[in-house]
Parts: sequence; C-alpha cells; structure tokens
Amino acid sequence: MATDDIQAVRSMIAAHKRRDHVFALVALCAMLFGVLVLLALILAMVADGYQRITYDFFTSFPSRHPDRSGILSAWIGSLLVITVAILVAVPVGVAAGVYLEVYARRNWLMDIIEINITNLAGVPPIIYGLLALGLFVHLWGLGESILTAGLTLALMILPVVIMNTREAIRSIPQAIHEAAYALGATKGQTARDHLLPYSKGGILTGVIIGTATAIGETAPLITIGALTFIAFLPPAPVTEIFPFVSFDWLFDPFTVMPLQMFSWVSRPQPAFHEVAAAAGVVLMFITLAMNALAIWLRYRYRKRIRW
Amino acid sequence: MNSSAPLAAKAEARNLNFFYSNGVQALRSINLTLAMNRVTALIGPSGCGKSTFLRCINRMHDLYPGSRYEGQIVVNPDGIDILGPDIDPIEVRMRIGMVFQKPNPFPKSIYENVAYGLRVRGVRQRALIDDKVEQALKNAALWGEVKERLHSLAFNLSGGQQQRLCIARALATDPEIMLFDEPTSALDPIATESIETLIGQLKTKVTILIVTHNMHQAARVSDFTAFMHLGELIEFGPTKTIFTKPSQKRTEDYITGRYG
Repeated sequence: MATDDIQAVRSMIAAHKRRDHVFALVALCAMLFGVLVLLALILAMVADGYQRITYDFFTSFPSRHPDRSGILSAWIGSLLVITVAILVAVPVGVAAGVYLEVYARRNWLMDIIEINITNLAGVPPIIYGLLALGLFVHLWGLGESILTAGLTLALMILPVVIMNTREAIRSIPQAIHEAAYALGATKGQTARDHLLPYSKGGILTGVIIGTATAIGETAPLITIGALTFIAFLPPAPVTEIFPFVSFDWLFDPFTVMPLQMFSWVSRPQPAFHEVAAAAGVVLMFITLAMNALAIWLRYRYRKRIRW
Repeated sequence: MNSSAPLAAKAEARNLNFFYSNGVQALRSINLTLAMNRVTALIGPSGCGKSTFLRCINRMHDLYPGSRYEGQIVVNPDGIDILGPDIDPIEVRMRIGMVFQKPNPFPKSIYENVAYGLRVRGVRQRALIDDKVEQALKNAALWGEVKERLHSLAFNLSGGQQQRLCIARALATDPEIMLFDEPTSALDPIATESIETLIGQLKTKVTILIVTHNMHQAARVSDFTAFMHLGELIEFGPTKTIFTKPSQKRTEDYITGRYG
C-alpha cells in the first residue's frame, strides 16, 4: 500500500517538473527573442555605417556631400543641451525629492502630487515640446535656442530625478533617520548630513538614466525649432575680454544627434543612409556607455554602504 | 551610600497617556519617577508599552505625525513639562541621549559618528571636538580599541563595539538622561556583559532608563524597576523589592515566569 502511494507521489512530482521545464524554456525563448532582435538591429546598423566612422566624421559639419558630412555640430549640440538640462534638472529634482520625503506632510494633497509626478514620467515627449514652444519660446521669449532645448529636456528628466531621489532616501533604514534625530538634529541637518550623502548613488543612477533617455529625444526638440542643417558652432563660453565668460552660446540655434540622423535618413541618396547609420552607431554607443556607467556606479555605492 | 536619604528625581511622568496615530491607546495613566544618577529598568511582556514610554521621554513619537500625548513629563531641575505645546522636541532631544536596540552607527568614520552630536550643536573647533570624542569613547570603554583607527569606517567594528560606539555617540553631548531601548538584545553574551558593566559605570554621570525584555538583566543592572503590562504601570520600586517581595500578583506571575 505504502509503495503505491510513493509511486503516485513520484509521478506527480515528475509531472510538475516537466511543466516547470516547459515554462522555463518558453521564458528563455522570450528573453532570447528580445535580446536577439536588439542585437540584429544593432549589427545591421553597424554593418551599414562603420566605414563612415573616422576622425573626420566627428570633426566635420554636415554637408551636401555625404562623403564630407560629419556630426560635429550634432554632438556638440547634444552635449550643450544635455549640460543645460542637467544643470537645471538635478538641483530642482533633488530638492523636490528631499522636500517630498522629509518635510511634506502625508495627506491627500501630497498623494495627488505624488501621483502627478509619477505620471509626468510617462507623458509623451511631444507634449513637452508643445509646452516648451508655448512657454519658453514664445511667452518667455527665449527663442529656438540651446537654452530652450535644455529647459525642455530638464522638464523631461525632472520626474525621473525626483522619483529616484525619493527612492534613494526611502531605502535608508529608519534606524539611521532616528539616530540622527535622537541626537537633536533638525530635518534640514539630517537631510544635509545623512540622507543626501547616503543617497548619492541612487540619485546619480537616476540622473544618468534620465540623461541617457533624453539624449535620444527628437520630437520635443523638433517642435521647439532645432534645425537640421547647422554648419557652425555656437560662440565659446570663454572670451578674451572682460568678464571672460559669455552666455551668448545659450541663445544660439542648434541641432542634436537624433535629429541629424533623422535628417540624413530622410534624404533619398543611399550614401546618406550610411552616414545616418554611422551617427546611429555613435548614439547607440553613447547610450549604452551611459547606462553601463550608471550600473557600475550603483554597484560601487552599494558596496560602500551596506545596511 | 545612605539608602534612607530621599533621592532627587530627575524626571517624573505624571498621568501620562499616549495614543498612536491610528487611535490605539498605548499608555494608560503612567506615573513614574526617574531617580537622578540611578538606573531604572522597565520590564514587562512584549507589547506592554515599555518602548513606547521610553520614546515619549525624548519625543521620538513626534517624528510620526498623528500620535498624541496626554499628561506631563517634568524634567528637573528646571521643572518644565517637556510635553508642553510650546516646547520644541529638538530642544528636548539635545538634553537626552538614546541608544537603540540594533546598533545603528552612521556609515561614516568612528570619529565622525561620535562627533556628529557636537556638529549638530554648532561646535567647530577641531581641538574641542577631538577632546570630546576622546572623552566620550573613553566613557564608553571603547577608546583603547579604536584610538589607532578613529578615521576608519564604523561598520568594520563588531556588534558589541558598534553598540559601544552608539553609546559614545550619545554621550559626547553630555546628556542629562540616557535612554536605552533593549541595548543588548542583538548582542552575544560577552558583548552584553561589557555593555552592562558600562551602564553600571555610567550611572554616576547620567540618569539612565533602560527597557529590557530580559528580567535577569534588569535584576543585574538596575536600582529601580518598573513592571508594565498592557500599557499600565503595575508596580514600581527598588529592584531588590520587586524581585524578592513584589506586592502585585501580576508582577509576581511575570517574575516567576508564569507568563511572559
């Protein structure tokens, strides 16, 4: 009698295990599908464009001739726009995150604000472009400039920075908060001396991921008037005459990497498609490098601070 | 020591009631006196409110809005009620130090941990901070073990050392009252013994209130013991009396292990 039961149990376990294996296989295939498709796209793009990636490619302006086209104005434009975006989004975002986590009272109003911030991260970028067109370009008169583009991207990065700051502060154990308060620290002192320093890793990760996404944004920047053929660079920020610093570059017209790619892909000549693929490879590389940097930094900070 | 002379009261809880933000009443009419420069222990089964009472004294509950105090906690020698509406909890916490159940040093160096209380009070002179840090670490019986590595991370210390560091951190600001919330429940017996010895040495300088779930620790360490049950103070008196001739049946049942 007992042996019959054992047999029944054994075959039941075997059946469950077979089902497990089937499911694991299906999940593996799903994962491989995603990875392989991405890999195939990247390889196709690299195959198309790798011949164009030379030193001249990085130091030439776009031109009517595909052989002489380069991404100089595009990558400098991207760099400047992202710099402005980070300089605006990080202080505002971190401060907002600290306020919401440390100072704000937990009532229905704060719940609504929290929901709204989370939603902002999902708003289609073109909406940000329309907002920027109305507010920055026309109402504030900042024109179709690097400053406007930077502010637009700052708006897009902001929700990510706020949410990451809040998450980072929340992951600090309550015991540490209480230890600081028990010593007589105010909320401000606790935030400045403990909460922010220990959240640096999480905040930095959020900033890098937000930036990596923003670098690829095209729609909002088209809306606010980024141009597709720029054959000059903005004036340098340092000058030879007093006061040795110039902000004129903020108000110059500009272009960015994804836009330059789009412009080249829209041309009929296949040679331009190769140039666009080359630009795409560079953009892809920058994005992957930034994400890798974010992951590495997060790993390093996790090692140092062990709760 | 003349045991018949009346002892000065450092702090008195008068008719203290406490309500959590969900409305639950955690403390009922507590009347308790903390004798100056003595160790008072709070014992009782889980959930009886001993930690809740401890955290009223340095107003830690104020960190979680919605909770409510009723009654008074009067601190001498000023005689002010620290639960009063015009009293800033930050001020209260500057006079009272707290050590928590699980050692919680900051992820900073040993020196910075002990110095933080001083920095919060605006002390800037390096020499002064150095002195106070050394003194606090000596008072916490940790100086000898860490003086060569003051600037290494506090996390590299053992559990017992980390807890002594937390004690040093609280002592650095010369508090009037030290609150210990089950300070040895996360430590091994040897570390526990060193902390208990330390508490015996500290009481000459500060008034101590210690919450412990371990009756034997209360018997070893304290001068006075308070037994709490379901939010009420059942009995309070000299430790010897509580443990040999308790006057309440519930106290006796708890002490003899009939329930716990």
